[in-house]
Amino acid sequence: MIRRKLEENFFRTLMILATILVTGSFFLIVGTILYRGVPFMTWDMISKIPGGGFYIGKEGGVLNAIIGSLYVAGGATVLGLFISIPVAIYINMYLGGRIWLANGLRIAFDVLFGIPSIVYGAFGFLIMVYFGIRASLLGGIVAVTLLVIPILVRTLDEVIRTVPKELGDATLSLGATRWETAKVVIRQIRPGVFTAILLSFGRAIGDVASVLFTAGFSDNIPTSLHQPAATLPLAIFFQLGSPVAEVQGRAYASALILTIIVLIITILSSILAKRFSKNNSR
Amino acid sequence: MTNNPHISVQNLSVEIGNQQILKDISINIPNKKVVSIIGPSGCGKTTLLKSLNRLLDDTAEIKVTGKVFVDGENIYDPNAEVTHIRKKMGLLSQRPYPLPMSIYDNIAYGPRIHGTRKKVVLDEIVETQLKATGLWNEVKDRLNAPATRLSIGQQQRLCLARGLAVEPEIILGDESTSALDPVSTSIIEDLFIKLKEKYTIVLVTHILRQARRVSDYIIFVYMGKIIEFGPTEEILLDPKQELTREYVKGYIS
Amino acid sequence: MTSLRLLKDKVYAKIMLIFTILSVAVVLVIGIGLYLKSVPVLNKISLYTLLTSSVWKPLKGLFGFFPFIMGTLWVTAIAIIIALPLCLLTSFFITEYTPNQLRKILVPFVNLLSGIPPVIFGVWGVLFIVPLIQDHIAPHFVEFSTGYSVLAGGIVLAVMIFPLIVSIVCEVLNTIPKDLKDASLALGATKWETIRKVSLRKAKPGIIAATVLAVSRAFGETIAVLMVCGNNADVPHSVFDPGYPLPALIANNYGEMLSIPMYDSALMFAAFLLFIIILLFNVISRIILARLERKLAL
Repeated sequence: MIRRKLEENFFRTLMILATILVTGSFFLIVGTILYRGVPFMTWDMISKIPGGGFYIGKEGGVLNAIIGSLYVAGGATVLGLFISIPVAIYINMYLGGRIWLANGLRIAFDVLFGIPSIVYGAFGFLIMVYFGIRASLLGGIVAVTLLVIPILVRTLDEVIRTVPKELGDATLSLGATRWETAKVVIRQIRPGVFTAILLSFGRAIGDVASVLFTAGFSDNIPTSLHQPAATLPLAIFFQLGSPVAEVQGRAYASALILTIIVLIITILSSILAKRFSKNNSR
Repeated sequence: MTNNPHISVQNLSVEIGNQQILKDISINIPNKKVVSIIGPSGCGKTTLLKSLNRLLDDTAEIKVTGKVFVDGENIYDPNAEVTHIRKKMGLLSQRPYPLPMSIYDNIAYGPRIHGTRKKVVLDEIVETQLKATGLWNEVKDRLNAPATRLSIGQQQRLCLARGLAVEPEIILGDESTSALDPVSTSIIEDLFIKLKEKYTIVLVTHILRQARRVSDYIIFVYMGKIIEFGPTEEILLDPKQELTREYVKGYIS
Repeated sequence: MTSLRLLKDKVYAKIMLIFTILSVAVVLVIGIGLYLKSVPVLNKISLYTLLTSSVWKPLKGLFGFFPFIMGTLWVTAIAIIIALPLCLLTSFFITEYTPNQLRKILVPFVNLLSGIPPVIFGVWGVLFIVPLIQDHIAPHFVEFSTGYSVLAGGIVLAVMIFPLIVSIVCEVLNTIPKDLKDASLALGATKWETIRKVSLRKAKPGIIAATVLAVSRAFGETIAVLMVCGNNADVPHSVFDPGYPLPALIANNYGEMLSIPMYDSALMFAAFLLFIIILLFNVISRIILARLERKLAL
């Protein structure tokens, strides 16, 4: 009896410790980034491009990377949406009773989601070499689009699945075609689409391995799709390795900026997702 | 009839969230009898049953007040040992839930937890309880097969045997036959009648015919309150309360 | 009018079908593309030699992937050994022990963790884990370590896969019927006994799937590991040795891979290898999870 009680208490304590460690690691990471990043956060950091070269120049900030990241993540998300909305609708509304096919496609996209970004990056690089395209904003956007399509499709798919089937049936029974019904459904899931956009943007803006080969790096803000573009993650990665303290500081500040952006996106999307699921359960 | 109560509920109230599920319940459940709790669905029957062995403990936002005495011990006392209380009572739920292990291990599960390790003893317990529930001849050749291979009716009897294996004093049944076919139902009902020689049995049921067949006493619960409690024939044929009469009328007519 | 609408419907259906096929076909195209690029190196050196040789001299045309494969395995194994027990305990605590309010606070933090980009984990590793190992952990075991080691890579990876394992295992645990757990509790079992003997057993396929998924995630993680694990092309012999996992190899050398003959082919072979392994692992775990889901829907 006592042994059993001891065992229960022992494992309960172990569980509490594990939970503290797992959830606490978040604070440890954000704390470290804040601690090192805040001293370098100046107005120049987010309003100027690096002066004298990103690797050794001590002046300026990382505006080039901020803008570049927004371009890449924004472009990829828009392009990705353009492809994944039709795919998600097709999976849910055009396959009829062939549920095995829909489930098979879902698994396929889950698998695509699991493919590491370095593979997407390497593959994107292959294509670019094949077509003779140099590392550029366009290359980065294409590679990152491949990366976010599975996220977009699966998120949209989950959202569309929460739409009551009766809604579709009601529209169809009014004599609407499937496409017209799909338009009604899209209107219904608009907040869900926004969640998908945020999730995709968050993944896109933080990824390194896919843009490493494809987007290149530049001290300037790109003015066309064919110019190379800096991105925040790469700015962190490259500048962290610099021997110059000021440049390292730029890396810390960039890490702080990226963390803040990503946290805002994650929080927003989870609030949205919660509200959305609430609306639907009613 | 209440001279020798086995379970004594005193002023029990249960709140979940802001909803009052049970209101000031007091009742004495006699020793070695079958007592049925009847009432419309959502009236708190199952909550009342589960409060008897503290299975409500893990429910979110729950508040329980009042006392429940089992063998004179208040199970809601902060110092009460919950696993010990539960061991005294076997639970038979709506659908059979065999544990994810073999037939043999299902029955040996309880005794093992409570410290029985000897194979010979366990073998004997398994055989005794399988015989008590009439399963022995059906499964004796495949004791090591997964319990999920049995039919639903057999699974429910296995669950009953599993509960009996920890030597409880009380059996709690929560609409235990609602998922079963008529043949399995009557086997379970006969078992209840047979088992009351040794156990106090409390059943929740919404089938009045079943209550009539197996129980000695009936509790009629409506909207979280006990409306009437008495011997089976009296409640079903000559109830004192208007509400009971109306509810039972559906069955009589 | 009607025929126009129907035509429109049909056209859109075809377009959507094409998009769907194209986006799924990406798997095939990637696989074929990477394979075609690795053919030259496979023609010159046998698969067996590529996988088992430890000699890595690109300039001489010698490509032995063994150190990199071992680097990947070390880092992944360390990450799983750290993460799995912690995540299982956390998931059990969250699903079985925490009251609702606390759960509402805990779960979001796990989600937030999953949103943090790999490069930030890398920075954290460099600033926190590496010095921790160098100054406080390694001195107890070895004479000298820079801190840049497979252990650092494993710890960073472990934290990265926390949210993945916790969210899947919690989901699986939540699908176990309460009545089943009640059945065990009603026999007088303690909560821990119920977890160990009933929940754990019932959740086993889900836990396996989560682990396989976590392994494949760890295999493919590039930048965070690259930043902390030292990138030394030798087979590690202790957790304090540096390692050089496959993804890091690809990421570090893309710049020069076109200037050395066969180098690009060898690196694409590395990517192909990663791709195949991860594809396999993902397919397995996703099928297990989909089956679980279907079983519960019935």
